[in-house]
Amino acid sequence: MSTNATQTLDARGMNCPLPILRTKKALTDLAKGETLAITATDPGSLKDMQAFCKQTGHELVSSSEHRGEFEFLIRKS
Amino acid sequence: MAEREAAHVPSLSIIATKGTMDWAYPPFILASTAGALGWDVSVFFTFYGLELLKKDLHLEISPLGNPSMPMKMPFGPQWLKDINWNVPNAVMAGIPGFEKVATGLMRQTVKNKGVASIDELRSACLEADAKLYACQMTVDLFGYSQDEFIPEIAGWIGAASFLPQAQKSDVCLFI
Repeated sequence: MSTNATQTLDARGMNCPLPILRTKKALTDLAKGETLAITATDPGSLKDMQAFCKQTGHELVSSSEHRGEFEFLIRKS
Repeated sequence: MAEREAAHVPSLSIIATKGTMDWAYPPFILASTAGALGWDVSVFFTFYGLELLKKDLHLEISPLGNPSMPMKMPFGPQWLKDINWNVPNAVMAGIPGFEKVATGLMRQTVKNKGVASIDELRSACLEADAKLYACQMTVDLFGYSQDEFIPEIAGWIGAASFLPQAQKSDVCLFI
C-alpha cells in the first residue's frame, strides 16, 4: 500500500459492489487532487475500479496485483 | 457532441417485483452501484418487491421451484463445503422448515464471502439519493399500512407515474 496517499481504504474480504461503494464514500471526504489508496481482494475490482474512474472522472493513477491482493491509487478530480 | 455526452447524467430505472432474499440482490446491487457512479437512480417496487422496503426485513429464500440453486455447506472442512447437496425439489417440499434452513445457510454464505447484506445495500442506495418508489396498488392489494415501510420512500405511486419516468431513463430493467 502506498503510504503517501492522503487516505487509505482497506476493502479486503469485501465482494462486489462493496469495494466500489466504499471507494465512492471515501472519495467524498477528500478534496480535489488528494489521493486514496485502496487494497482489495475481489478479483472483479480490477475492472470495476477502471470503469468507476472512467465514469466518474477521477484519475486511476495506478493499479497493481500482488499475491492475490489488488492495490489502486485514485486521485480525486 | 462529446461535451454534451460528458454533461449528460446517465439514469437507471428498475422495476423490482420479487420479495425473496436472492431476488433482492440484483435491484439493490445495480441501484447502489449506479448511485456510486453518479447516475440518477429510481426503483419502483411492486407486488412482492414491496417486501424489500419494509422497516424490518425478513427476507427468505426458497430452493423450491429453483433447481439451479447450489446447496452447499458454508461451514466445515473444504471437502464438505465442496459437496453440492442436490436434494430434489419434490423431496424438499415435504421437509418442514426446509426454507428456514436454506435461508440460514444462505445468510452464512453471504457473510463468509464478504457480500453485503440487503440492509447495507439499501442504505447505500438511499445515501446515493436513489429514489425508491412504492406501488400504491400493491399496498392496497395486500392490505399493508404505510407505517410498515421505511420513511425514506420517495413516493407512493402507480404505473402511470412511473412509466413516463422510465421512458426518459437510459437503462430500464425489470427484475
